[in-house]
Amino acid sequence: MEFNPIQYEELDLLLGDIYRQYGYDFSEYSKASLQRRIHRLFTLDKFPSFAEFRYRLQADPQYFRRFVEEITVNVTEMLRDPSFYRTLRTSILPVLATYPFIRIWHAGCATGEEVYSMAILLKEAGLLHKSLLYGTDINPLVIEKARKGIFPVSQMQKYSENYIQSGGVNDFSGYYTANYHLAKFDSSLRGRMIFSTHNLVSDFSFNEFQLILCRNVLIYFERELQSRVFQLFDYSLENFGFLALGSKESLRFSPIASRYKQVGKEKIWRKTHEAG
Amino acid sequence: MKPDKLLLIGGSAGSLQVMLSVLTSVGNDFPMPVLVILHRNSSFDSTLEELFFSRTAMVTKEVEEKEQPVAGMVYLCPADYHVLIEEDRSFSLDYSERVHFSRPSIDVTFKSAADVYRAGTIAVLLSGGNADGAEGLAYIKVQGGMTVVQDPGTADVPYMPQHAISRMQPDHILAADDISTFIRSLAGYR
Repeated sequence: MEFNPIQYEELDLLLGDIYRQYGYDFSEYSKASLQRRIHRLFTLDKFPSFAEFRYRLQADPQYFRRFVEEITVNVTEMLRDPSFYRTLRTSILPVLATYPFIRIWHAGCATGEEVYSMAILLKEAGLLHKSLLYGTDINPLVIEKARKGIFPVSQMQKYSENYIQSGGVNDFSGYYTANYHLAKFDSSLRGRMIFSTHNLVSDFSFNEFQLILCRNVLIYFERELQSRVFQLFDYSLENFGFLALGSKESLRFSPIASRYKQVGKEKIWRKTHEAG
Repeated sequence: MKPDKLLLIGGSAGSLQVMLSVLTSVGNDFPMPVLVILHRNSSFDSTLEELFFSRTAMVTKEVEEKEQPVAGMVYLCPADYHVLIEEDRSFSLDYSERVHFSRPSIDVTFKSAADVYRAGTIAVLLSGGNADGAEGLAYIKVQGGMTVVQDPGTADVPYMPQHAISRMQPDHILAADDISTFIRSLAGYR
């Protein structure tokens, strides 16, 4: 068992290099998680020393691309927390149905499983034809995967259980075509989606939405950055729109909290009025 | 004041009773925060918190992100999240890949705590049927912390403590009953 060579001091050096050279600002990411991810990459790629790791990142833009892909957390699943999706079906979609056109933003969507989940819900509510789903992530590699809509077939049993628990009444396997170990999701779902890279730290608002979902992304940000991202969401959300967060995230300590009201027990808030 | 010591208790199958008896043996004047990493099914989430709350004299709560730990409190890792420790001692949640099929993983939290609390890290590994915890204990030793493993002969499921002992040399190997005594000694109780 060896001492982790990437302690907080080394982390600061590395993040400074990256910001100066590539313009990516990770300085307000939660350090413990970042340190662990970077140490994992350092070990995986068998660097003999911190100095060599640091040099490679400075000298090799291709390696920096790998760095971004590996240090961001891309774990996601379809219909995770079925009770959350049940609330979307019963309380949120009926409100969205009153709009002539529905725009939804999945911020930090990773490989897109939640976007496909939402498309299934919209389709079953008869709303997909008038909806557009925007999926964004900082990591270009996962956005490529999201565009394809192909997920491991080994996950389908779990997703099918989630689907039933979320209130689904159809046959979940009707939404994809299985081919060996892969499941390709129906192109009618994909047709209403737009995927793009977007960095919550540095990029601006790009549209107005009635629903923004950002689940298990903010836990990786320090408080100040969380506040700025909440303000970005607030700016990007129509009045009376909805903001959905991960099961351990909250709007409570944010600067926009006073203008939002929680919907039931799930981590969904509704905007009650615009900023003064 | 930020605590300079942290007691970590990690366990899996067969560890709940030992955990409860350890925690009932000390009071809310315990001089450091306690962080419990227990492998569990997400559907039993709230029940476990209530169980700890009703059975121990210490105030028990689930870890919240960015929360600062307070001495005398027991913190439970939430189901389906890893718990990490920031340099300022606050807790972070992490939803990355499972480690040893586990989230929360004992290794992940043990290692992260050792990077921050260093020699002030005190870790106890209990019963379980999983390889989690061994690597974390080894890392705590590298950082100068204190490591305790339940005597596998007294564990309901001996695999986890046995695996740890085969991988590293803990400071103490204690029978289930003696773990409470050890914890009390940390608090200066007799």
